[in-house]
Amino acid sequence: MIVLDNVPSGALLLAVGVLFAAGVYLLLERSLTRVLLGFVLLGNGVNLAILLAGGRAGAPPITGTDDPEPMSDPLAQVMILTSIVITLALVAFVLAMAYRSWQLHGHDEVQDDLEDTRIARLAIEDAPSYADSDAVESGVTLDEEAVAARDEVALPDTVEQPRNRGGDGS
Amino acid sequence: MLLVLLAHGVLALAAPALVAALGRRAFWVLALGPAGATIYALAQATAVLEGRAPAEHLPWIPALGLAIDLRLDLLAWVMLLVVGGVGALVMLYCSAYFSREARGLGRFGGFLMAFAGAMAGLVVADNLLLLFVFWELTTVFSYLLIGHYADRTSSRRAAMQALIVTTAGGLAMLVGVVVLGVTAGTWSLSAVIADPPSGPAVTAAAVCLLAGAATKSALVPTHFWLPAAMAAPTPVSAYLHAAAMVKAGIYLIARFAPAFSDLAAWRTVVLVLGGATLLLGGYRALRQHDLKLVLAFGTVSQLGLLTLLLGYGTRATALAGLALLGAHALFKASLFLVVGVVDAAAGTRDLRKLAGVGRRLPVTALAATLATASMIGLPPFAGYVAKEAALAAWAHDDDLLGRIMIAVVAVGSALTVAYGLRFLWGAFKPRLPASAAPASSGVGQDEVPDEAPDVAHPQPFWMVAPPLVLAVLGLAVALVPQVGERLLGPYADTYPVGDPGHLTLWDGLTPVLAVTGAVLLLGVLMFWQRTRVERLQGALWFPDGADVVYRRLMRSLDRFASDVTAGTQRGSLPFYLGVILVVLAVGPGVALAAGLVGQTGAGALPVAADAAGRDDVLHLGPFAMVPWDGPAQLVVVLVVVVAAVLTARARRRLKAVFLMGVAGYGNAALFLLHGAPDLALTQVLCETLTLVVMVLVLRRLPPYFSDRPLAASRWVRLAIGVLTGLVVMMFVAAAPLVRVHLPVSVDFPEEAETFGGGHNIVNVTLVDIRAWDTVGEISVLLVAATGVASLVFLRQRSDDVLRLGPAGDDEPGERAARAGARQVRPGSWLLAGPTLDPGKRSVLFEVLTRVLFHPMILFALFLLFSGHNTPGGGFAAGLVAGLALTVRYLAGGRYELGAAAPVHPGLVLGTGLFLSAGVGLVALLAGQAALESTILDLHVPVLGHVHLVTSLFFDVGVFLVVIGLVIDILRTFGAELDRQAEPHSRAVGSHGRTAHRAGGDRA
Repeated sequence: MIVLDNVPSGALLLAVGVLFAAGVYLLLERSLTRVLLGFVLLGNGVNLAILLAGGRAGAPPITGTDDPEPMSDPLAQVMILTSIVITLALVAFVLAMAYRSWQLHGHDEVQDDLEDTRIARLAIEDAPSYADSDAVESGVTLDEEAVAARDEVALPDTVEQPRNRGGDGS
Repeated sequence: MLLVLLAHGVLALAAPALVAALGRRAFWVLALGPAGATIYALAQATAVLEGRAPAEHLPWIPALGLAIDLRLDLLAWVMLLVVGGVGALVMLYCSAYFSREARGLGRFGGFLMAFAGAMAGLVVADNLLLLFVFWELTTVFSYLLIGHYADRTSSRRAAMQALIVTTAGGLAMLVGVVVLGVTAGTWSLSAVIADPPSGPAVTAAAVCLLAGAATKSALVPTHFWLPAAMAAPTPVSAYLHAAAMVKAGIYLIARFAPAFSDLAAWRTVVLVLGGATLLLGGYRALRQHDLKLVLAFGTVSQLGLLTLLLGYGTRATALAGLALLGAHALFKASLFLVVGVVDAAAGTRDLRKLAGVGRRLPVTALAATLATASMIGLPPFAGYVAKEAALAAWAHDDDLLGRIMIAVVAVGSALTVAYGLRFLWGAFKPRLPASAAPASSGVGQDEVPDEAPDVAHPQPFWMVAPPLVLAVLGLAVALVPQVGERLLGPYADTYPVGDPGHLTLWDGLTPVLAVTGAVLLLGVLMFWQRTRVERLQGALWFPDGADVVYRRLMRSLDRFASDVTAGTQRGSLPFYLGVILVVLAVGPGVALAAGLVGQTGAGALPVAADAAGRDDVLHLGPFAMVPWDGPAQLVVVLVVVVAAVLTARARRRLKAVFLMGVAGYGNAALFLLHGAPDLALTQVLCETLTLVVMVLVLRRLPPYFSDRPLAASRWVRLAIGVLTGLVVMMFVAAAPLVRVHLPVSVDFPEEAETFGGGHNIVNVTLVDIRAWDTVGEISVLLVAATGVASLVFLRQRSDDVLRLGPAGDDEPGERAARAGARQVRPGSWLLAGPTLDPGKRSVLFEVLTRVLFHPMILFALFLLFSGHNTPGGGFAAGLVAGLALTVRYLAGGRYELGAAAPVHPGLVLGTGLFLSAGVGLVALLAGQAALESTILDLHVPVLGHVHLVTSLFFDVGVFLVVIGLVIDILRTFGAELDRQAEPHSRAVGSHGRTAHRAGGDRA
């Protein structure tokens, strides 16, 4: 028999809220270690939230006992169990990144992306983000430019001196 | 028809090879494609004229309504003749026009061929979506052909401009097509035309279609791409920009006009755009000095006229429009080809430089004269017949709109006469006028040539013949106007309104004839006074051209795009995360709050309403909650809360990590109190392992967080954190209160026993009921373990495990450590203890490790095998075993780890995953669903009754994966970091030390 009472516990709600707030506060840091700590706190908050969604507390979800009390929802627990182990793997991975960052740069802070910073700076200056010779204003209209276009045409064999007609013509 | 299109495709693909093999003569072969289309059309003439339109059907993507439906009705037939006939002649012309050494001819031939195929497909398509596909194909090939000289900036820019303008229209058209298809409930073009839907949506769709047509056919205000497209080779101008592609828009108008020309919006757009284009094109053509540009603006003007005629919506104008469409294709293609001949012969297209060309190229001059006569509407040419029919139609209508149309067309025609004569005279005049220089300088042109170019040279047959053929055809068809009327009449009859029109050479002395006479007179007058007209045009104020506006628009678009990018894509992780979280709080948060307002009493959340009478339940607004599940819960929650807040405030790394650990253990206690022993066990084990790992890494990082944030940004972060916490609390409080159904897990207890053969529901769910999720999860673990190792093992992640043995090694440090290890005495507590620096050893720790390790492994095995019925299972067992290994490593160093787990972690991880997934495969082989368990009750002689569930093997797989993960983490953060920290380790290690010191100093 599964617990069917859904009314949440105020104490757990408080824990969820504080874990989220502290987690988000740390998550918005630049130091990867603090970001990681924030993520772990956030993960704990999420786990409690899933637990709350499963309903009230109850007996352990193990059958065959004589406990008359209804069991807590096993599905929520399965999800949380998965989440706990994955968080461990994630912690290891982010730590490896933090260590690598420290090895390369002497600190473990997440830097702003250089390319994005460059684009932002150029946008403020109203300068083009990349060199595009085709976008440079030539001063004449395109149909005036088209006038200069010459085809690579066949010259009759009778011509003594082939004129240079390639490229931009005469 | 399908065969014709396929032939085009095959020839297009073969074109590069053909040109490589045959040189420019390959165009003779390529001409077979359009010629085949023409022959096919002629062969079907009887059927088409009798109203039996041949149709073909080939399913393509039925789910989208996209099928290759081809249908050759009268309009398609006329268009196919134009496209095929002109195409074949242009191909032949190409075979002589380009020099033998011209670059990229193979590519050019392929594109031109592919374009011809796409154009043929466009006119015969009878499926709305297929029509759009071909439409866009012509755009793409036009882009490639305009940009043929890809090394020239002007070509690239012209091509890009044409592409952007026509694609923008194409997108609008796609919207129109989709709206039309959905409203009509069919994608068949002929069905939609036969029974057009109506309503505001359809009106919008029709306008969208017109937008597509307007961009494609270079109507005002998107006309500017066409003159710029003259950067393309001249045969392309003749084919795409006179006969074929620009006619696609006209075709679209002609196709949909019978259905939609009665819409006021349609008529307004068509008449305004058509009239403006007609006049503007003619006006601009009068100022051009380049022969191609004169023709290009002339084409713009004529396209406007065609739009007027075909879109006007009466039978008589439609007849005139279709006739003019054919006539225009003939004379304009011919004139462009003539320009090519003149250009090749004289080396210039500037009509101020050309003189005396006519004497050397008499046949070409004849072709030009015939074509020009048709263009300016001189009897008895095709252009005259068509224009007379148009004027007569409006005169017959005898209403105000008709009179306005006559006036507009008359002015436009007078301009046509003027620029037509300007073209002809400019190209073939016998000698340069003496007063050329001062006259031209008046309009602000730069250098003005004062001498005629070298003598023009006669040109080969294949260049001279095609324009002449086209020009003569323009005369020939006009001599038998009754045949034209009989041929084209059935199309005009598909228009719902108006009296049938007539094509005739002589209609008696009518007012229309007077108008024509006046038009010719006015045109000749303008030509005669051309220097004055030019000067007047130069003096008149003229607003910025549409091309200037277009370029300004594109520049602003670029700037806007980079501003948006700069504003949103800041490259800052905290900024991105902050935005995401604020959106979470503001978007769904506000929505939820708005929904909850006033949800009390009768309208309350269902669970809260049910709990209304209970003593233990507090009601706070719409929410209902119990204060706690037990007093112990409250105490633990307070611990967690304090620990979390202190973690956020801590400035020392180690302190922060330990406080986080306290919060984590608190969570474990909460799980236990909630009735989740499995979770509590796993959480405790994971938390311990996390702490160990963090400490292992933190010993190499500076003790304090180096980043000291500004006060302002800290308050912002705090605000976002608190806001997010509140919103999440609201969600979590509301979610359980809206549950109205029984949870899925209500049947789990029974299922776990019956099918899973176990009492521990959580474990049975992991290994059986939701086993696929677990397979996915352990795959993630494997990936993470691999990622960790590859980030830290900078030298190749060696396959061999660090062993205590005589195996050779290249690094001196390793050798020294081994030297110590060889002196292991049988009596020492740990195998690798002597490898450590004596100052770092702790005998007590070594003794404890010696005592604890084997019991811990045994405990792990116990958890593994009993987990199906009591708390435990693969995850917990793996973590316990992993902790045992961790203890060994901490006490004895990295060689101790190698001795305790003498296997490569990759092997353990792989075996585990294989075992878990393999169990599923075995179940498949046994005829069950993948990962389904089988329960075996066996009697083993010594052990007695054994209850074996096959999912145990799955759990063993999970167990191995977790152990593999832990070994990988220990090897990486433990052993490898040790090695890099040792004084004799090289390369990266030394760099790391320097940086470490720097980081430490800064902190």
